[in-house]
Amino acid sequence: MTVGESRREMILAAVPRLRAFAISLTGGVDRADDLVQETVLRAWAHFDSFQPGTNLNAWLFTILRNLFRSEYRKRKREVEDIDGVHASRLSSVPEQIGNIELGEFCEALAKLPDDQREALILVGAVGLSYEEVAQICECAVGTIKSRVNRARTRIAEILVVDEAHEFGPDSETSAVVSRNTGT
Amino acid sequence: MDERKDQRASQRSGTRGKQSTAKKQGLTPEIQNQIGRQLRNLYMDVVQEGVPDRFTELLQRLDEQDSSKESKS
Repeated sequence: MTVGESRREMILAAVPRLRAFAISLTGGVDRADDLVQETVLRAWAHFDSFQPGTNLNAWLFTILRNLFRSEYRKRKREVEDIDGVHASRLSSVPEQIGNIELGEFCEALAKLPDDQREALILVGAVGLSYEEVAQICECAVGTIKSRVNRARTRIAEILVVDEAHEFGPDSETSAVVSRNTGT
Repeated sequence: MDERKDQRASQRSGTRGKQSTAKKQGLTPEIQNQIGRQLRNLYMDVVQEGVPDRFTELLQRLDEQDSSKESKS
């Protein structure tokens, strides 16, 4: 196996999870794929700086995250896209899990502070370890755990509050009320 | 502020008879489990999609460019 082939395979293997993270950051599949493409190009060009035996995921996700923060975040985040993205891709995934419906879950996610949502997505959706996520986000493992816990608690709170207001006013009003009563 | 929220939630509980009481209590193990499953659910289709052609082709090109550079030097 040539060095070039294994570099390609290593990066290829990470693409699906990089895409998942990129979609959570950018709010849309097209922008996400642009971000992943730039990440791949940069990782390829700088592969010599990756130390074999260290965590490749942490390295790749760090590149993607830094690219997003330096270049993509300047463009306004289209929060509404999260619903749109997932609504259009819902063909194979179940909409309802227990009491939680996917659309309202996406809305709740969008309401989280960026650092909490990021930690929750990387740990709970992308499936990285706390150590990997701490490395990517450049903070302590304890900080990531705390963000994930707060994110989960906040989502549970948001879903409860939305449920409580749902029966009366239309969804727009209840969303406004939720925003006003939320912390 | 949390007390106000709880009050409002319980005022409406009569009208929302079918609403699970577990939900009103916030982050129960049941809700935590459902959140975890919805998170994995969210990106299941992205992961199942595999690698779009755009990226396989890009990496193929990069690989070939590197190989041709090596053979020239």
